[in-house]
Amino acid sequence: MTIDYKRLLVASGLCGALAVSGYSHADTTLTIATVNNSDMIRMQRLAKTFESEHPDIKLNWVVLEENVLRQRLTTDIATQGGQFDVLTIGMYEASLWGAKGWLSPMKDLPASYDIDDVFPSVRDGLSVKGQLYALPFYAESSMTYYRTDLFKAAGLEMPEKPTWTQIAEFAGKLTDKSKDQYGLCLRGKAGWGENMALITTVANSFGGSWFDSQWKPQFDSEAWKKALNFYVDNMKKSGPPGASSNGFNENLALFNSGKCAIWVDASVAGSFTMDKTQSKVADSVGFTFAPHETTDKGSAWLYSWALAIPASSKNQQAAQQFSAWATSKEYAALVAKTDGVANVPPGTRKSTYTDEYLKAAPFAHITLESLKVADPKQTDAKPYVGIQLVTIPEFQAIGTEVGKAFAAALTGQTTADQALVVAQTATERAMKRAGYPKQ
Amino acid sequence: MTLQQSRRLQSLVLGCLAWAVAILVFFPIFWMVLTSFKTEIDAFATPPQFIFTPTLENYLHIQERSDYLHFAWNSVLISFSATALCMLIAVPAAYSMAFYETKRTKQTLLWMLSTKMLPPVGVLMPIYLLAKGAGLLDSRIALIVIYTLINLPIVVWMVYTYFKDIPREILEAARLDGATLGQEMLRVLLPISKGGLASTVLLSLILCWNEAFWSLNLTSSGAAPLTALIASYSSPEGLFWAKLSAVSTLACAPILIFGWISQKQLVRGLSFGAVK
Amino acid sequence: MNTTTAKPQPDAAEVTGKRRLSNPGWFLVTPSVALLLLWMIVPLGMTVYFSLIRYNLLYPGENEFVGLENFSFFLTDAGFMPGATNTLLLVGSVLLISVVFGVLIAALLEASEFLGRGIVRVMLISPFFIMPTVGALIFKNLIFHPVSGILAAVWKFFGAEPVDWLAHYPLFSIIVIVSWQWLPFAILLLMTAMQSLDQEQKEAARLDGAGALAIFWHLTLPHLARPIAVVVMIETIFLLSVFAEIFTTTNGGPGFASTNLAYLIYNQALVQFDVGMASAGGLIAVVIANIAAIILVRMIGKNLTDKN
Repeated sequence: MTIDYKRLLVASGLCGALAVSGYSHADTTLTIATVNNSDMIRMQRLAKTFESEHPDIKLNWVVLEENVLRQRLTTDIATQGGQFDVLTIGMYEASLWGAKGWLSPMKDLPASYDIDDVFPSVRDGLSVKGQLYALPFYAESSMTYYRTDLFKAAGLEMPEKPTWTQIAEFAGKLTDKSKDQYGLCLRGKAGWGENMALITTVANSFGGSWFDSQWKPQFDSEAWKKALNFYVDNMKKSGPPGASSNGFNENLALFNSGKCAIWVDASVAGSFTMDKTQSKVADSVGFTFAPHETTDKGSAWLYSWALAIPASSKNQQAAQQFSAWATSKEYAALVAKTDGVANVPPGTRKSTYTDEYLKAAPFAHITLESLKVADPKQTDAKPYVGIQLVTIPEFQAIGTEVGKAFAAALTGQTTADQALVVAQTATERAMKRAGYPKQ
Repeated sequence: MTLQQSRRLQSLVLGCLAWAVAILVFFPIFWMVLTSFKTEIDAFATPPQFIFTPTLENYLHIQERSDYLHFAWNSVLISFSATALCMLIAVPAAYSMAFYETKRTKQTLLWMLSTKMLPPVGVLMPIYLLAKGAGLLDSRIALIVIYTLINLPIVVWMVYTYFKDIPREILEAARLDGATLGQEMLRVLLPISKGGLASTVLLSLILCWNEAFWSLNLTSSGAAPLTALIASYSSPEGLFWAKLSAVSTLACAPILIFGWISQKQLVRGLSFGAVK
Repeated sequence: MNTTTAKPQPDAAEVTGKRRLSNPGWFLVTPSVALLLLWMIVPLGMTVYFSLIRYNLLYPGENEFVGLENFSFFLTDAGFMPGATNTLLLVGSVLLISVVFGVLIAALLEASEFLGRGIVRVMLISPFFIMPTVGALIFKNLIFHPVSGILAAVWKFFGAEPVDWLAHYPLFSIIVIVSWQWLPFAILLLMTAMQSLDQEQKEAARLDGAGALAIFWHLTLPHLARPIAVVVMIETIFLLSVFAEIFTTTNGGPGFASTNLAYLIYNQALVQFDVGMASAGGLIAVVIANIAAIILVRMIGKNLTDKN
């Protein structure tokens, strides 16, 4: 192998030149950052329609997993990096960042957008002091999925508004580990948006909350003790192995392959469980409200993915045009036409819930009712905004650390009570460092 | 049993053992490629299926959803440019260190390695701010520069090790014949050490190709390499194992094939103590 | 051939050479050194600065000087001791596995010419080319998964209850994954080193009646000292900051069972967007890494730059 140095030099030079070259630009290029959920991937696919309607706007997509995306976006927006024009964020970020002035307020939306069509609770979750900072793409609450065939075979009936105690009872009767059949599938993967979303709603139903009015963590309360022990005991008894690494995806896969009798999780799973291409049990899925216990306040969560525009973006107008398009009635109609009405982004607009939709999506009316009553606002007893999360900047880290402690209880590494102590200490420490209660 | 027979038996047994180990080590990769041709339901089925109806739907989906070639091109460009730049800077340095060793050489080498001690996670913000200040966010240049710098210590060090194996007399003989420094290096040194250099180049390419921290944090869409493509397929809401296997196969295939082809060079170049 | 014995006994050639060009070293080495110096000093300087102030991305503008508060908070975190311990455990285990098995497998490959040896070689070095994230995902979803992974199927085949590897043996699982990625590297280096072993010496020893084991212990291993040192040095540098595998599989859990220092920094600092603490953590990690490196260099340093 003789080395032709001249050729090598030329090649390197070319490489260098190419490395420096950039894109050829259309008039405006929008960089859109989004999560890799099915609905967003669909949006990416259908956005070609937007591009053909607006030939002077080119779209670049950055698609990442939720946690990576969140970290990436926060780094960029806090340093005014200017990398993105449209962000896909949740209610959590929208309120925090809107308050800091990092997002452009959504103003001057055309009348045809019909902002009043969007559910008030969703709008409130994305606003700061009445000003909207993000346009909701889809919203979700939580609900109970169950196997109608297994229930029928066991002679059981699922009430419309079950309690957690009832669910535990059913799960116990429907578990047969030798047949790979598990009565209860719940999130166990550690994360503030993973297992903590679910466990917090359990705790809420038992009457608990994260903090009291003085911002003191409440993991030493009776309600949390009952809730966590209930969760750990029943998951051990009727849950699948490896539950502590199961998040939404894993549980969806388990349910769809027929291994779960009851599953409590996000309402967006509805269309996935009924999709014959990915679900073996598409014909025997039943839906009902998320379980409550002593109270039903906060027993179902509220979350929304929304499109927002950083204040540092140089393409404000085009960005707003795209955001409005992707969250409009027209987009919903487009999805209905190309992918079927059951796949329309759920939970944001009243106009989505037509009779046709309600018929095609039997889970829709439960989502609708849950979204109507979900109320994240703070009260005298609860100093924070949020149902399954606490809208303070420190929550991501605190939530994840508590989530890990609870996951350790699920694997049997610690007991539930020990996990609560860990959670209490960790949260107290973090709150102290952050300076709560703030004057 | 004769000596020859026992030797043959020994060979057979060792051969079987070696094959068993190789299959065990290679199995995850084989399974990944296999899964990329299954449907999602098959991918998750219990018991795991070795026999199934293959499908190309995952690859088609990827082609439809993401611009694979764009990401691949970025990976190729960044990896090769960074490696070239790195070699350009490292080879002269290694030359000097190997043939004109001073008291400080060892310490310089160790100091170079110590620059890799700071975990990238801890230094993310400073680098991000620097890149932003230089207007180099989401640019291939930024990644090329960073990769050159983080691989420089390893490359210098490996080239130094190969150069040390070369007897000085050969270079001195060339010098006696009237060669200049440049000629000495190009005409004499490089051909002798090309095996070692080739393996260093390959190592550098692999390190650049697989680097997943800076490539995710400093790029968005324009300069995003294959590692970003992988990141966009992990853990979505919904079943994804088959698609993930497909995109992983696509992302690792180029460098894997490149490595397989050049592994002979690699093997030849990594001999310690045997020159030519 | 030994460079050291060729050092200047002044002769004509040497003198001529020296007269022609005095040591060109300084200007050849300078670019590398200068660049690395810059690369080290600027971010390092910024890191030191950030570690001494309160700098949270979500509270911009509140950047007062807080001295060593970030450090003390990081060191007193519940995850620090587990993190440091796990880091050392991880590095030590993977080094041990890759060197020991690397030597054994390389010896196996060189012991006899069997059918398909080339293919076996290629198969054995393949994992090194796979992206760490991809490798971790394969293991997590397709192999370790207690419901539909390969290992679960094997366990069930023998009638046993499948093990939830990532939940019950998190550090062990991570060690397996990382070893799988780095073993090929060790095999490659050791295998080629073995090929350069003087066959005549081996034959002579065998004729003298030395058994295979004795040959291995007294002849092969010393020859491998240098490549083993190379493997250990390079692997240590990369193993100290293992991050992607943990991030993709266990997220450091359950509890802190599989958290190492790099992941701890990410978790404690980046997730909270606390740049101050991330910087402090990074500096602490550097100190620990340097201590480990000094010990390592002292143990094997001789083999790095000298020749046998």
